[in-house]
Amino acid sequence: MWTYYLTELAHSLPFFLKGLWMTIAVSGISLAGGTAIGFAWGILRTRKNRFIDHLIGAWVDLIRGTPFLVQVFIVFFILPEAGVHLEAFPAAVLALTNLGACFICEIVAAGIRSVPWGQKEAATASGLTELQQLRYVVMPQAMKTILPPLVGQYVLLIKDSSVVSAIGVMDVTRAGWLTVQRVPQGLLVFGLVGILYFIICYPLIHLSNFLERKMGGGTTSF
Amino acid sequence: MLEAFNFRVILEYMPLFLKCFMATLWLSGAGLLGSLMAGTLACAMRISNSRALSGAASVYIESIRSTPLLAQIYFFYFGLPSLGIRMTEEMTGVIALTLNSGAYTAEILRAGFQSIPFGQVEAGVSSGLNYFQRMRYIILPQALGVTIPPMLGQAIVLVKDSALLSLISITELTRAGQIMTSERFMPAEGFLTTAVFYLIIYFVLKSIAGWSEKRLIFREGR
Repeated sequence: MWTYYLTELAHSLPFFLKGLWMTIAVSGISLAGGTAIGFAWGILRTRKNRFIDHLIGAWVDLIRGTPFLVQVFIVFFILPEAGVHLEAFPAAVLALTNLGACFICEIVAAGIRSVPWGQKEAATASGLTELQQLRYVVMPQAMKTILPPLVGQYVLLIKDSSVVSAIGVMDVTRAGWLTVQRVPQGLLVFGLVGILYFIICYPLIHLSNFLERKMGGGTTSF
Repeated sequence: MLEAFNFRVILEYMPLFLKCFMATLWLSGAGLLGSLMAGTLACAMRISNSRALSGAASVYIESIRSTPLLAQIYFFYFGLPSLGIRMTEEMTGVIALTLNSGAYTAEILRAGFQSIPFGQVEAGVSSGLNYFQRMRYIILPQALGVTIPPMLGQAIVLVKDSALLSLISITELTRAGQIMTSERFMPAEGFLTTAVFYLIIYFVLKSIAGWSEKRLIFREGR
């Protein structure tokens, strides 16, 4: 019996790999978008404009305070009522990008705040423009604080991407869910799903730990 | 969209939402209690001197942290019956939440205990304090202070994670939104009401976390 199930599973391996590719596509696009927007929001939050700071802060609270599944449903089921019709894939990417931006924005803002204020004053006194200050003085130092939690956040986002299977995106989790209807061996099927996620996430977790060790106390190393 | 927002139907469904709100509190509360136990055990194993115990705890923690909760929920939901173990969806859900959150709790506890310099324990020994006195007066007051704020953060994550249990047809808050959507085809009313309930839990827990961070974390010179 077990050999039968194993061969069944081996036959559906291409199906799983297709799902893995979808997981990588959804999370890859969302991570890139979320990182770009998150950095922009994080920089805006530290610009001493209270209105913008509170606006972004309130949005971040709304997103952090609700489950990602509910956000996915809101994008997929409610936006059409407002006249925005999205297929499952763009809806998933939109929801995940927004989630990523909200978490990354907090990491970036914390990183920028960790740079001593005197550095910015010194840069101003040296006649650097705002953009130059960010590019040459603030960001290079802030990156040491930002990078380890950023990679950790990527892992969380890749794992969260499994939730979009609920609206029918054919990712690894969805592949497992469909396969288990045919091959009723949950441990085997979702063991395989777990292994596929593990292959992506485990190296990233260790990269994050490595960066933390490397960057730890690194502010004095210049 | 907003002018068509139907508050009457929301009121009509309020008993369902309140029932589901309690279910979410119950499920995540049980998960939190379970994860404290699982986490304490895993943490004790992880920092023990036995390589076998420590290795087993590492495998548990790393494999949970590298795979998505949804895959874990399906693993138990589809997997346990194939082993001949039958239990209610709620039981399966609480077990999945417990084991998932337990791995993160173990890491939080470990960080808490390792935050206490060993010199303090030695100082306690040389002051003539016995094991329980050292625990009571030196280790626990500091370890709890470091542990409680991130544990409250974990509680927030747990409440949001419990939304995924709706996908194995457990009746909780997100399920209430789904029920309302399918019965009345009112996704906006359904899922936005769901989101509001989650936000209530989030803001309560967040303010407790903020307060505890101010009150409990020991800082030099205070």
